[in-house]
Amino acid sequence: MSFLSVTNVTVRYGRLTALRHANFKMAAGETLFVTGPNGAGKSTLLKAIAGVVTPVEGQIQLAGQVISGTVPEDIARRGFSMVPEGRHVFGTLTIEENLRLGAGMRADKDAVAADLAGCYEVFPMLRERRDAPAAVLSGGQQQMLVIARALMTGPQLIAIDEPSLGLAPKIIDQVYDVLLRLRDERGLTLLIVEQSSTRALLTGGRMLLMRSGEIVMEGDARELLRGDALKQAYFG
Amino acid sequence: MTAILQIVFDALSLGSIYALGALGIALIFGVMRLVNFAHGDYISFCVFAMLVPSTDAMSEMFLGSLPTIVLIPVILLIGAGVSVLSEIIVFRRLRDANPATMMIASFALGFILKHFLLMLFSSRPKSINLWPDLGLPVEILGARLPLLQLIAIGITIIILVALSAFLKRTRFGLEMRAAAENFTMARMLGVKANQVILIAFAISGMLAASIGLILAAQTGTSDIQMGVSVMLVAFIATVIGGLGSLAGAVVAGYLIGAASVLMQVILPLEARPFRDAFVYAAVIACLIWRPQGLFAPKSAKQRV
Repeated sequence: MSFLSVTNVTVRYGRLTALRHANFKMAAGETLFVTGPNGAGKSTLLKAIAGVVTPVEGQIQLAGQVISGTVPEDIARRGFSMVPEGRHVFGTLTIEENLRLGAGMRADKDAVAADLAGCYEVFPMLRERRDAPAAVLSGGQQQMLVIARALMTGPQLIAIDEPSLGLAPKIIDQVYDVLLRLRDERGLTLLIVEQSSTRALLTGGRMLLMRSGEIVMEGDARELLRGDALKQAYFG
Repeated sequence: MTAILQIVFDALSLGSIYALGALGIALIFGVMRLVNFAHGDYISFCVFAMLVPSTDAMSEMFLGSLPTIVLIPVILLIGAGVSVLSEIIVFRRLRDANPATMMIASFALGFILKHFLLMLFSSRPKSINLWPDLGLPVEILGARLPLLQLIAIGITIIILVALSAFLKRTRFGLEMRAAAENFTMARMLGVKANQVILIAFAISGMLAASIGLILAAQTGTSDIQMGVSVMLVAFIATVIGGLGSLAGAVVAGYLIGAASVLMQVILPLEARPFRDAFVYAAVIACLIWRPQGLFAPKSAKQRV
C-alpha cells in the first residue's frame, strides 16, 4: 500500500493551469525527488498535498485517507509536514517558540522534549540563540530553523521545497544528514523539491521530472541523473 | 503640580479607552486581516444589555441591577458572545474574500446591530446609573480625581498585563501570534484556524464589553452612538500603531488620548472647539512621516 498517492490532480490559478493530471505514489520510508525548471509546477504540487491550494480535479490520499479538499491543519495532523519555499519563520517569535509551535499538536511531552534536544544537538546555533527573535537569524539559519520546526511536528512525511536554496554546501550536508538519519531511524518519508538535483546522486531514491505543470518522467534518481534523458527533458 | 497630575490622569484614562478599543481591532486584524467596524457597536450593545428594552427617556436597569461581581462577567460574556457570533454567522463565510469585502460586511453588521438597538431603545440617549459611588473624588497628591478614573486606568493595566501574559505564556497565545504573522504557515504546522480566530473574536468582544462598562460608569449615559466614536479613534490608533501590531495599537491609543487632553489644555480658548481637528492634523502628520505606522510588523506588508 502506498503511503501517499496523488491521482490525476489538476490545480488552476484562475485561468492558468499550474498542475495538470499529476499522478504518482510514494511508499512509506521512501525518498522522492521532484525536479524540473522554474514554473514546472513543483511547488504547486506540494501546496496541493499540504491543502494550501485545492485541486479542481483528482484526489490525494495520505495513509489511506483522502486529504484533498481538507484544510492544512488537518493534513498536518495526519503526519504531513511541509517546508515551503522562502523560509517562513515567525520573525517576532523566538527561535524556541518557533520550534515549540511545530510541536503544538503533539501530546507526547517527553518525546517533544527529546526532539527539541535533538534539534539543538544537530543545530547548536539554534540553541545558542533560542531566546532571540527568529527575525535576527541569517537566511541560512532561518532555513535550518524551518526544517527543524517541521521535524518538531513529528511527521511521517516531510516535504521540503528547495532545502538547499541559499545554504552553504556544508550546511546542506548537515541538513541532508539529519533527513537521511531520520529516514533510516524512524522510516521518515522524504519528498524533496530541488531544482539542482545532483544531491540525489548521494542519497538515492526515486525522481520525478516536471515540466509545464506535468510530470514528464519518473525513475530511479541516479539513473535519471546519469543518463541523457533528464537533459533532454529539460531542454528538448 | 496638581494641575499636571490632573492632566496626566485625564490623558491616561482617556487613552485607556482608546487603547482597549485599538487592541480589540488589532487582534482581529492580526489573525484575519479584517478591520471590524462593527466593533464599536459591540460596545453599545454591551451597554444597552444592562437596560430593560424600552423607548422611554428614563432607563430601567435590567442586567445592570445584578450585583457587580455577577454583572461584570455577564457583560464580558455578552461582548464575547456577540463578537463570536458575528464571526460564525458573517465573517467565517467571507474568510477567503478580499479584505475590502470583509470590511464592508463589518459595516453592514454594525448597521444591523445599531438598528436592532434603535428598535428596542429608540435613538434618545438615556441616563444610566452604574456604580454611582465610583464618581466620588479621591485626593492624590493634592489632585482631586474621580475614583472611577483611577479604577479605569488600573483595570486597563490589568487587562494589558493579562493579555500579554496570555499571548506570551499560553499555547493559544503562541498560536495567535504565529497566525498573526503568517496564517498559512501556522496552519501547515497544525494550528487550527477556526479555533484561533474564535478565541481572537472572544477576546476582542470582551475588550469591547470592558470599554462599555467603563464608559457607562464614566458618562452615566447610554447612547447608541457611544461605541462608534470610540471605534473611530481606536481604528486610527491601530493605523498609527501599525496595523497588526498589538503593542503599537496600545501605545498609539494612549498617544491619541494624551494628544486630545493636551490640546484641550494648551490650545487657546477660542481654538478649543476645534480640538479634534488639531488631533487629527497630528494624526495626518504622523502618517505622512511614517505611512506604515509607528510599529509596523513586517508581516503586514506581505499579506495585505
